[in-house]
Amino acid sequence: MSLQDFLADPILFISNWLQGLLVGWKLPSGLATVIVFLIGILALVIFAMLFDIFLVWVERKVVARFQDRLGPNRIGPFGLIQPFADIIKLVIKEDITPDGADKVVYNIAPVLAAVSVIILWAVLPLSSKIFGVDLNVAVLYLVAAGALGTLAIIMAGWSSNNKYALLGAYRMVANMVSYEIPMVVTLLIPTILADTMSLNGITQSQETIWYVFLSPLGMLIFLISSIAELGRSPFDLNEAESEIVAGFHIEYSGMKFGWFYASELLHAFTFGGFVGILFFGGWQVPFLMADGFHFGSFVVALPGIGVILLQAVAFMVKAMIGYWVIMWVKYSMPRIRIDQMLAFNWKFLTPLSLVLLSATAVLTKLLSGFPLWIFGVGMFLSNLLIGWITIEILRFYAHRQRRLEEPLAQPASVAARR
Amino acid sequence: MQNEWLYIGLFLIIGIIVPIVPLVFAALVSPHKPNPIKQSTYECGIETVGDSWVQFKAQYYIFALVFLVFDVETVFLFPWALSLNQLPIFAVLEGILFIGILVTGLVYTWRKGMLEWV
Repeated sequence: MSLQDFLADPILFISNWLQGLLVGWKLPSGLATVIVFLIGILALVIFAMLFDIFLVWVERKVVARFQDRLGPNRIGPFGLIQPFADIIKLVIKEDITPDGADKVVYNIAPVLAAVSVIILWAVLPLSSKIFGVDLNVAVLYLVAAGALGTLAIIMAGWSSNNKYALLGAYRMVANMVSYEIPMVVTLLIPTILADTMSLNGITQSQETIWYVFLSPLGMLIFLISSIAELGRSPFDLNEAESEIVAGFHIEYSGMKFGWFYASELLHAFTFGGFVGILFFGGWQVPFLMADGFHFGSFVVALPGIGVILLQAVAFMVKAMIGYWVIMWVKYSMPRIRIDQMLAFNWKFLTPLSLVLLSATAVLTKLLSGFPLWIFGVGMFLSNLLIGWITIEILRFYAHRQRRLEEPLAQPASVAARR
Repeated sequence: MQNEWLYIGLFLIIGIIVPIVPLVFAALVSPHKPNPIKQSTYECGIETVGDSWVQFKAQYYIFALVFLVFDVETVFLFPWALSLNQLPIFAVLEGILFIGILVTGLVYTWRKGMLEWV
């Protein structure tokens, strides 16, 4: 209980201090634990919500730049106050429930959509010491929380009593259940490499090498399937504006719509963070150990609090880059058709991810006795080989398809002139 | 271990309360003037024709079925992946045989033309 303890691990220090204070007030220790947990959870959730408000501004500003506009720039410096104006507008807007809607389900759906994203933050390691809980089945927890989002969307679509909403919900569910397979399979790759399902453990085991160098193909598959899971363009068939207007949230207005919008943005950011954690080392900073920077024998000592803050900044930067890539894809790709979407998953991503998983498992076993650099090079080359073989197979089939279709595509006169 | 799940449970409760608070606040401050035209179901500005709970393609069911098989089997792969480093090579190959059975199922569905969107 001194300044040094605080500097070494501020979160643990504060929670121990609070616990001691509450027990000192003659509270039973179980209740004291619950109160300390509640304070910690409130801090984390409020941080997530404030960050969500900031993300609204980021999204609007970035899409404006992609479309050669300025974006919000009137309210506050660089339009930073704009999201607060948006929230006030959403809150004081009249909330309309359409005729014939299933009222209970209709009202639960936006709450569930927000819950499915917020509970992901319970396992998100922001830094080596700042995390909600270091669950030993965090990877499974992530998949389970994702399923709640699917449920929210089908509930919203079904209860709105609207044809567009129902169609959007069915498309979204087809999308989400399909792309869950490659996502879960590529989640197994960091699990194999790190030998643990805890997200903090996966991050810790990337101290020597980031998994993107061991499994670049796995990273790409995970990124694509998480974009699909988010229902963002090019997989945004659930809210295809030109066909079904707004899809599952067409009948929602005011703050209920606000929750769908806010949870979509936070979901995208959180998945950017997961790509960072699983493949780019999460809070790991190159050369940064628990007591400072180590460049060979040259050591720059840092207090624990400095290391923790640097790690948190590193995680945020990685998550922001992941989020930015997701936005980049969203605003530069046209929407694909539903048959293309399903074919891309079932005929390409799923077989590829299963082959990749088998190769990773066998190579991990075969190369486990060798030094790290041989292991790394072997894994990287195997990924390149699988990618190259895939591209060759695709090229072969594309050529055959073109040869089959070419004579039919041209009118007889054009063919004769040749 | 128990504390971890207590934390998750408390997180879930807070996670449910936080989205409800703004909704309740919005219900208190927002105007409420319903009328039949405002509340009618949206359908491109015309009146809704027929039942809103329309029939949908049966093909969604097929994809859901294929998904179900895969999802259950990938859950079985998690313990295998987690204990991979302790397993003998034979058990690793057995896991791959299991994936092979999965792929056979996928190939069968594919050859039957069930993966085509018609």
